[in-house]
Amino acid sequence: MRAKKADTKTYLGIPLYRPKVAFFEFSSCEGCQLQMVNNENTLLDFLSLVEVVNFREAMTERSDAYEIAFIEGSITRDDEVKRLKAIRKNAKVLVALGSCACFGGVNQLKNRFKNLEWVKKQVYGKHPIDTGAVRAVGDVVPVNLMIYGCPIKKEEVEKIVLDLALGKSIVVPQYPVCMECKANENICLFDLGEPCLGPITRAGCNSWCPNSGAGCWGCRGPAEDANVEYMKKIMKEKGFSEKTILERLDCFGGFKTK
Amino acid sequence: MKKTVNVNVKHLTRVEGHGNIHIKIRNGQLMEAQWEIIETPRFFEALLVGRHWDNAPWITGRICGICSIGHTLASIRAVENAFDIVPDEQTQKLRLLLKHMETLQSHSLHLCFLVLPDFMNAGSVFPLINSHGEIVAHAAKIKGLANEICDCVGGRRLHPTRTVVGGFTKLPSKQELSAFVQRLKNIVEDLMIVADLFSGFKIPDFARETEFVSLKGKDHYPFIGGDVVSSDGVQMREQDYKKLTNEYMVPHSTSKWCRLSRDSFAVGSLARLNNNFEFLHPVAKDIARRFNLIPINHNPFMNNIAQLVECVHVVMDSIRLIEELLNSKFTAPRQEVRPKSGVGVGAVEVPRGVLYHCYEFDSKGKIIKSDCVIPTGQNHANIQHDLEALAKEYAIRGEKDRDIELLASMLVRAYDPCISCSVH
Repeated sequence: MRAKKADTKTYLGIPLYRPKVAFFEFSSCEGCQLQMVNNENTLLDFLSLVEVVNFREAMTERSDAYEIAFIEGSITRDDEVKRLKAIRKNAKVLVALGSCACFGGVNQLKNRFKNLEWVKKQVYGKHPIDTGAVRAVGDVVPVNLMIYGCPIKKEEVEKIVLDLALGKSIVVPQYPVCMECKANENICLFDLGEPCLGPITRAGCNSWCPNSGAGCWGCRGPAEDANVEYMKKIMKEKGFSEKTILERLDCFGGFKTK
Repeated sequence: MKKTVNVNVKHLTRVEGHGNIHIKIRNGQLMEAQWEIIETPRFFEALLVGRHWDNAPWITGRICGICSIGHTLASIRAVENAFDIVPDEQTQKLRLLLKHMETLQSHSLHLCFLVLPDFMNAGSVFPLINSHGEIVAHAAKIKGLANEICDCVGGRRLHPTRTVVGGFTKLPSKQELSAFVQRLKNIVEDLMIVADLFSGFKIPDFARETEFVSLKGKDHYPFIGGDVVSSDGVQMREQDYKKLTNEYMVPHSTSKWCRLSRDSFAVGSLARLNNNFEFLHPVAKDIARRFNLIPINHNPFMNNIAQLVECVHVVMDSIRLIEELLNSKFTAPRQEVRPKSGVGVGAVEVPRGVLYHCYEFDSKGKIIKSDCVIPTGQNHANIQHDLEALAKEYAIRGEKDRDIELLASMLVRAYDPCISCSVH
């Protein structure tokens, strides 16, 4: 499992410490974990930086001796609460990986229905099914670090893990996606008639969706001092309906809409 | 005959999502062989209710982290069918190219990163990086190219950004596309090396007569829309998906199960290949023949080989698609969408089999009802029946518990199950 050449890896002449990391998934699409193996060009470098001791989606061996636990997904059932608390006990650093872990993600849209029984019936009819309100990981156990996005941006995760391995402090952008979008010289989505939450959403994705001509849905949650009320006013002036604006704001759970 | 067998696998590894395997044989009698699904449901069908049509592909794409492109395309097709939108040829070709590259990405991930360790006596692909670095490099090259083309056409390899109802928000440049032609041609060699490797493996000798369900090709190997066919002779339109899947609940699964003519049926690469062999690209057909994979093949472990055959097919077909796109004049990326009331169904062959999305809209395009039937959900009952047959057969042969556990795990893995997707 341990890559040989990695043992001699150094940073500024000092041998690099390889933390033991583990990946765990709760209610999610498992896409954020997949993103970790989706960067084929840098995957081997990444794997030499850490020692993966638990990654059910990719490996059969399992160990509870880990320092950093990456948690993907939201929490919806009691058995998940129990499993998460056990992981929290084992891990020195617990990282919420992706929008579901950080805010509940698209799964939390379930919480907008007051009647959980109605939700169950929509999908399962009369068949009994165990589920509760969707919670973010931080609502159940203390979280040390949040990695935002649906999906997460691999380059950002790699930088964060490198900083963790080096013992550097982690800096996440506080400014909005709009700044990155301008720097990328995109035509403003509002000018193309598209709704967009770029002005109030936390950056770090390099304006991933706007670069493709698609408006931002706020998957990374609010930027610092985001003025959501003023944003609503601007979008209304641009001709977007109240419903369109709300459907963007409540999609990933990062913005408080009530 | 072995009198006692005990196999318990909790949270089977190297598959997407959470499933358990239990096999119990006492006094030579099979007491239990169970494929248990414990994944938490996320209630996607309910999440969509009351929301605007443009939410459907954006949200349902998030059902799955591996086949998000397939979900997005099935969702778009369902919305377009409800609104009577017919995508133009350019959109159809770009969508198929994107679909092909998801197939290549998903199949190569499954074959080389999840299945390969079983045949090389390893717990994961990680130790193989040191012991068999070359083959891992070939696999990473194949998967990497597929992902790059997904980025280029769909805007993003996971949860695509450019794919919308009516077409695309942005088109790739011809320059970008043309650069992929030679690289796709080169990747065939890498796939041949993977094929050489797999031809040296002993595929477990096990077969159980099965009904295979897939889209039906007319003049091409089918991936997007059209009629659905079964190897037992059923043929229906995609709109009739409910009659094709007959979902029901069992106590030990949070996913719904399905049946058609028998107690269970199979979807996926092997089903597509069994039902549409004639439409495979000749180079892909040669690979199939090399593995003696000729319809109708009833060995579920051969689904791995069918995936390999499809990898070659989608690469060859993508070269054709890109060349045709390069020889045409690009038109507007997106047509106007006019919502109307009605119901729409979209069927798409995603890596693990035929996927259906269905939505009902009011006159403003608000979603009244939604339904998604997932390939792995259609396969669960068949996995269950295969497990029972496999447990009996290998107990009679007197195999050790440990070997039965490995074979049972390999059997489930061969279906490439996407469990969180099946529960959604």
